[in-house]
Amino acid sequence: MTAILFLAQRATAFVLAAAVAIHLGTILYATRADLTAADILARTHGNLWFLLVYVAFVLAVAIHAPIGLRNVLREWTFWRGRSLDFALALFSLLLLALGLRAVLAVYGA
Amino acid sequence: MSGMLQVEVWRGAAAGKFQTFAIQRREHQTILDVVTEIQREHDATLSYRFACRVGMCGSCAMVVNGRPRWTCRTRVREVVGGGERLRLEPLRNFTVVKDLAVEMTQFFDKWKAAHGYFEPGREPAADFAVVPPASPQRQAADAGIECIGCGVCYSACDVVSWDRDYLGPAALNRAWTLINDVRDRDATRLSAVGGSDGCQACHTHMSCTSFCPKAIAPTYAIAGLKRAVLRRAWRGTS
Repeated sequence: MTAILFLAQRATAFVLAAAVAIHLGTILYATRADLTAADILARTHGNLWFLLVYVAFVLAVAIHAPIGLRNVLREWTFWRGRSLDFALALFSLLLLALGLRAVLAVYGA
Repeated sequence: MSGMLQVEVWRGAAAGKFQTFAIQRREHQTILDVVTEIQREHDATLSYRFACRVGMCGSCAMVVNGRPRWTCRTRVREVVGGGERLRLEPLRNFTVVKDLAVEMTQFFDKWKAAHGYFEPGREPAADFAVVPPASPQRQAADAGIECIGCGVCYSACDVVSWDRDYLGPAALNRAWTLINDVRDRDATRLSAVGGSDGCQACHTHMSCTSFCPKAIAPTYAIAGLKRAVLRRAWRGTS
């Protein structure tokens, strides 16, 4: 199980490296081009590429962050075992729900 | 070589304080010589541990001026240079029994937990194993085989200080040498070292590798274990 978590965290790190680069690039483009919120939404609404990239981004975050947080909590606190894993599974679902809600809203679904 | 050394020595157990002794500096004097002189000439109640005095037994390790070291093979000159202050503490990450002597039980229990012992199998080998010294597996085993179990790496490891259940560099290094020993028949060692407190918990700080008095690199042994555990998980045989 730990090996799978280790592998999942490293694999999602690759996705995050690309996704964060795209995200920052998009922010730089939007601010330098003086785009308004309406301009941005006009570009993202119905854009399948936007949807695919940001769904991958959200999925990677929902996998990567709870695994890292689990390691931090195990090292810095006495919290161990199933209750910790359960709490972090919930945290993962929360990230997934909030992230997908935001992506779908910007996609205009 | 002349002058005096001001030697601060930890006295007590978990709670305690430093006691200072003035010791004559001598040519080629080791840290262990200093401790022995304190015990024989100044305070016979000082507790510490040593046996071979030649870097084989691994029993005299202490924290010297903030760094874990084997004291029988460490000269005072290497540590203090032209200075005169020496601070001796028991190894970090161990329970202190008294003064400079620490409890090693947990350390060796973790060797057992990591299956850090040779497993010959149920049936004795029918013939001698042919082990070419130049084979990659034997080279990997040889790289870590000279561990003397001194506890310096365990004392230096930050992950051990954060997670008291972490198996630690010495036990994992031993497991790696055995995984690369073609004669060994333990099929469950990777499971033993692949849990939450095993090799994946290593942060690759490399303190173990930088402080090991035998110039072993447990970090690379742990990296090897990580790869082996991941390969096995990838193939779905965990």
